[in-house]
Amino acid sequence: MKTLQSSYAVLLKDAQSELRTRYAVNALLMFVVTAAVIVQLAIRSEAPSPSVLSGLFWVVVFFAAMSGLSRTFVSEEERNTAMTLQLVASPTAVYFGKLFFNIVLTLILNAAITFLFTVVFPGFEVRQFETFVLTVVLGSLGLASASTILAAIVAKAGSKGTLYPVLAFPILIPLLMTAMKATTRALEGEPFGAASAEFQVLISYIMVITAGSYLLFDYVWKE
Amino acid sequence: MKLTVTKLTKEFNRRAVFRDISFAMDDVDSLAITGRNGAGKSTLVKILSGLLSPTSGIVAYAGDGKAIASDGLRDRIGLVSPYLQMYDEFTATENLSLLSRIRSNNFRFEERSKELLVQFSLWEKRDNLVRTYSSGMKQRLKYVFALLHQPSLLLLDEPTSNLDEEGVGVVQNVVENQKRIGMLIIATNDAAEARWCKNAVHLG
Repeated sequence: MKTLQSSYAVLLKDAQSELRTRYAVNALLMFVVTAAVIVQLAIRSEAPSPSVLSGLFWVVVFFAAMSGLSRTFVSEEERNTAMTLQLVASPTAVYFGKLFFNIVLTLILNAAITFLFTVVFPGFEVRQFETFVLTVVLGSLGLASASTILAAIVAKAGSKGTLYPVLAFPILIPLLMTAMKATTRALEGEPFGAASAEFQVLISYIMVITAGSYLLFDYVWKE
Repeated sequence: MKLTVTKLTKEFNRRAVFRDISFAMDDVDSLAITGRNGAGKSTLVKILSGLLSPTSGIVAYAGDGKAIASDGLRDRIGLVSPYLQMYDEFTATENLSLLSRIRSNNFRFEERSKELLVQFSLWEKRDNLVRTYSSGMKQRLKYVFALLHQPSLLLLDEPTSNLDEEGVGVVQNVVENQKRIGMLIIATNDAAEARWCKNAVHLG
């Protein structure tokens, strides 16, 4: 119970801090808008297929996440508040507080990207709504889960900017490939059950990454 | 709460900062950690506060005859250190409130925080953002944060750093009070500050 209260307090702290400083949100939104505009200019009047649009969607999601999700831990190290947090919270509370914050941030990010894609690409038409929503939600959970532990690892390293996407890419490939497949099915209007294999993979990915991160976080967080 | 440190060694990249440090403290006791710059005083303080793991050796806390795990230490230890920072984007009150909620403390927060903010002359500035504070004010706020939950062990790393004469006087009162009610450890290379404590460990 105490850990849950503590995690919630960490989440609230990060949310309040983000509202004041906008460290992550500005970076994320600027990247999303820029990426969507550049891709639209490159494609112009071409009508990309659902699989291409699906790939573009998750490419933008991936790089937007790389530009912003590491801030939860990197900002603590840069501002020397990591030690303060270590003094008051258990590693478990810090991990889950930061994870929940990244989940909220990723869901907001993906909602923004979905809106932009719908506006900018006429061919981005979601024909199977339930499949699309579940894919985006599960993809967001997986992305947040992997990004949180990776952010904790790179926060203590030098060359944080380079290291984060380098570490993230191989770990996120299974998630991105599966999410792209399921998104393509949603854009093509396949029935909800057609993506059940992809949903199973995404749920398994989330469980494995979250469990592994929880077990490893103690060693990553404490010097 | 009692503290026993046995053959504590800390190495960074195979270079020993200190080796085989041993000492014991009773529940009402005081200890100065002295040594030249780079001797490992701050490193030892971080290990004692649970922020850093030793390379070898044991740091054992016990209360009521039972060992206290690291989770149980959070409520019992207060730390003032140059390596500790508050959140610049929040006010003093917000910092104290948020950090107390994260610690899940059960005490009368408003009463206790007011008492300490007044004691450290920060009451008038409690609703100012910490980024507007001087270094001396930030140091005072660290004391308020460290004392908020009435710790059994107070760890002070360079206790009077950035403080004016009035601030040093307040710290001396805090030190005397802590020596009466609990454990106090001061890391310093100032001989006068080291004399505030009953015993001393010299590093280097």
